[in-house]
Amino acid sequence: MKHILSVLVENNPGVLTRIAGLFSRRGFNIDSLAVGMTENSSVSRMTIVVEGDERYLEQLNKQLHKLVDVIKISDITRDAYVDRELVLIKVSADAARRAEIMQLVDIFRARIVDVSPKTLTIEITGNDGKIIAFEDSLRPFGIKELVRTGKIAMLRGKKASTKNHTNKEEEES
Amino acid sequence: MEITVAEALIRCLEQENVEIIFGYPGGAILPVYDALNKTVIKHVLVRHEQGAAHMADGYARVTGKVGVCLATSGPGATNLVTGIANAYMDSVPMVVITGQVSTSMVGTDAFQEVDITGITIPITKHNYLVKEPEQLPAIVKKAFLLASSGRPGPVLIDLPKDVAQAKIDFKYPKKVGLPGYKPTVKGHTAMVQQAARIMCRSQRPVIYAGGGVRIAGAAPELLQLAETICAPVTHTLMGLGSFPGDHHLFLGMLGLHGTRYANQAVTECDCLIAVGARFDDRVVTKISGFAPTAKIIHIDIDPAEIGKNVITQLPIVGDVKNVLRAILPHLQKKENTAWMERIRRLKEGMPLRYKQDGALKPQFVIEKLNEYKEDSAIVVTDVGQHQMWAAQYMRFNEPRSFISSGGLGAMGFCLPAAIGAQLGAPDRQVIMVVGDGGIQMTMQELGTAAEQRLPLKIFILNNNRLGMVRQLQEFYCESRYIAVDFNFNPDFAELGRIYGMEGHTVETPEQLLAILPQVLSSASPVIVNCIIDREEDVLPMVLDGSNIDEAIG
Repeated sequence: MKHILSVLVENNPGVLTRIAGLFSRRGFNIDSLAVGMTENSSVSRMTIVVEGDERYLEQLNKQLHKLVDVIKISDITRDAYVDRELVLIKVSADAARRAEIMQLVDIFRARIVDVSPKTLTIEITGNDGKIIAFEDSLRPFGIKELVRTGKIAMLRGKKASTKNHTNKEEEES
Repeated sequence: MEITVAEALIRCLEQENVEIIFGYPGGAILPVYDALNKTVIKHVLVRHEQGAAHMADGYARVTGKVGVCLATSGPGATNLVTGIANAYMDSVPMVVITGQVSTSMVGTDAFQEVDITGITIPITKHNYLVKEPEQLPAIVKKAFLLASSGRPGPVLIDLPKDVAQAKIDFKYPKKVGLPGYKPTVKGHTAMVQQAARIMCRSQRPVIYAGGGVRIAGAAPELLQLAETICAPVTHTLMGLGSFPGDHHLFLGMLGLHGTRYANQAVTECDCLIAVGARFDDRVVTKISGFAPTAKIIHIDIDPAEIGKNVITQLPIVGDVKNVLRAILPHLQKKENTAWMERIRRLKEGMPLRYKQDGALKPQFVIEKLNEYKEDSAIVVTDVGQHQMWAAQYMRFNEPRSFISSGGLGAMGFCLPAAIGAQLGAPDRQVIMVVGDGGIQMTMQELGTAAEQRLPLKIFILNNNRLGMVRQLQEFYCESRYIAVDFNFNPDFAELGRIYGMEGHTVETPEQLLAILPQVLSSASPVIVNCIIDREEDVLPMVLDGSNIDEAIG
C-alpha cells in the first residue's frame, strides 16, 4: 500500500542528505519526495510517498524519528487530504495530430506551455489517477520527455500539521 | 568578553566537566590546540587517531561520562571513522571534534579536506559543521546533550579553521532547543501494568539483558526483578557485568557462542523479558525458532528497536531503570520451583567445557585470570576467539567491568580502549585479553600507554594466527585455510620490554601459574605472551541457519 508521509524537518544544510541516506542505507524505497520551505523559514516540509506494509512503515517512521532534524512525521494516508503533483510532458506533435492532442489537453484541463514545429510541451496538475490517465492518452503520440515534481499533500479542513511549532531559538543564559 | 571560537570551545568543554581529551594535532585544528595551552583539561597525545576514538570510547564505557576526542581535518578525521562507528554500534556517549579547512576553501578539494560530516552521517547520532562563529557554544551544548541522553551515541563537531580563529562574545547557553529530539524516558503506564501481570503469571520466565542495563545504571533493579520473579538472567556480550556472575540465577551469555543452558532456557521459557537489548543476529541466529513458546516483553529506550528484528507481544519504550522501577511494585515474590529445578539440571547437564591435554588452553588462561584478578578489575577484550572465551569464562560482579567491541566487532579496539579505561579508572586493575592479530592492529598505542605510565596487564592469547577466521573457514569452507596464519610475529614479550614493560612468554599451564600471581599484583605494566593451542575452537557454536538450541560442540 502506498503511504503519504508529511514530514516537518529543520531547515538545516544536509537535512535532505540525512533523509535520503537513511532511506538508502536501511533499504527503504522512495516513490517520490518533494521538499520546500514552509510558512516558517526555519522549517521545511517533505512530502514522501513510500510503498510498504504496516511493519515496514512503522520501522521507517521510527528510523526517521531518530534523525535529530526531523520534527514531526504524519502519515496522512488515512486522513482526508488534498494532493497535487505537477507534470511537464513533451509530446511529439506534427501538424496532422496537433488538434487531437489539443483536444485531450482541454478534456484534462491541462495547459500547453511551449510549442515547437514537432512537439508540444504540456503542463498538468492533479492527483495520481488523472496524471496516469493523461499520460496513457498521450502515449500513442510519442512522449519524448516527462518530468514530475513529486506529490505534495495537505490535510483537508482546519487541521494543520505545522501548528504550535515553536521556533528553536536558543535561550541564552 | 571576546575570545576566539577555539578558546570558547575549550571553555565549553570545561563547562561540561570534561577532564580528559584524546587527540592528535594537525594544521586545521591548530587554533584549538593553541587554546588547549590555557586549560586544566588533560590532553592525551595518541599515536594514531583511531586510538583517540577508541580511548574516548573505553573511557566513556568505564566512567559513564562523555568521551571526547580531537583530530585534524582530512586523514585525521577519516582515521577516527572506525572508532566513531564502534561507539555508534555500542551506544557509547562520545563527542568527536575535528578540524576543517577554512570555510572559503570548503568544497574545493583543498589540502587535507574531506567531508567528514557527510562521511559520518550513518555512524553518528548527529553531527554539525560549524559555519558561523556564534553557533559554536549552542552546538557544543547540543552535542553533549545528544551524546549522553536517550540512547547515547557519538556526535561529531566539524570546526573550520577560520571559524575557530574568529572572535565571539562567549556565553555558554544553559538550555538549547532541539525540537526534533524528545527521548521517551517513562514507560507507558498501561504497558507497565500489563508487563507486570505477564511476569506474575509466568511460570518459566527468563530475563535477556543487554547493554542498555549498564547504560541506564539499572543493575540493582535488574537484580531485584530477577530475584522477585525468580527469573534466570542471560546476557548479550554488551550486557555482561550488569548481573552478578556468581549468582545462582546467572546463565551467562546467550546466542551464537552462548552457553547451551542459556540458549535452552530461552527456547523453553514462557516469558522472555528483554531489557535494553536489541535481538541482534549474534543472539537471534534464526528468527523463526527464537523463544518459540514465549511471550516477549521488550523494554528499550529506542522505539526503533521495538519490532525491528523480532515481533514482541509487549513493547515498553522508556529508560530501562525507570521502567523496571515502575514494574517492581506490581510484582509479588514467586518461587517457580519446577523451572528452577529445570534450570539447575540444564546447567549441570550442559556446562561449558574444554579438553585439558597438557597444552596451554586459552580457556584455561581465562579461567585462571578470572581466579587471580582483583574483584574490581576491568577486563578489556579485542575481537575474535579470545573475546568469546573471555565472555564465556570470565565472571563479573559489577557493571562497567567488561569492555568489548560488540556491534562493530572492531579488531584493534582492545589496547586503546584499555588505555581509555585505565585513565578513566586509575585505581582499578585493567586487564587486556587480546589476540596476536588484534594487538598488531593498534600496537603503536603501546607508546601512549608507556608515556602515560599505565600499569596495563596485557595478556596476548597468541596462536600465531587469526583464530576466529580460521574457525569460520573450518566450518564454512571445508577447512580450506587461507590468509589466517601469521608466519612472522614479533616476540611480544621483548616488544613489551622495548616499551618499558615487563615481558613474559608462557607455553604451558605450569609456566602461566608460576608467574600469574606476581604479574597481577605488580604495579608495573606487563605483556604476557601466552602461546596457546592453535587448533582450539570456540564452542558451543550455532551454525548459520540453526536455532540457538541447536549448537554444536
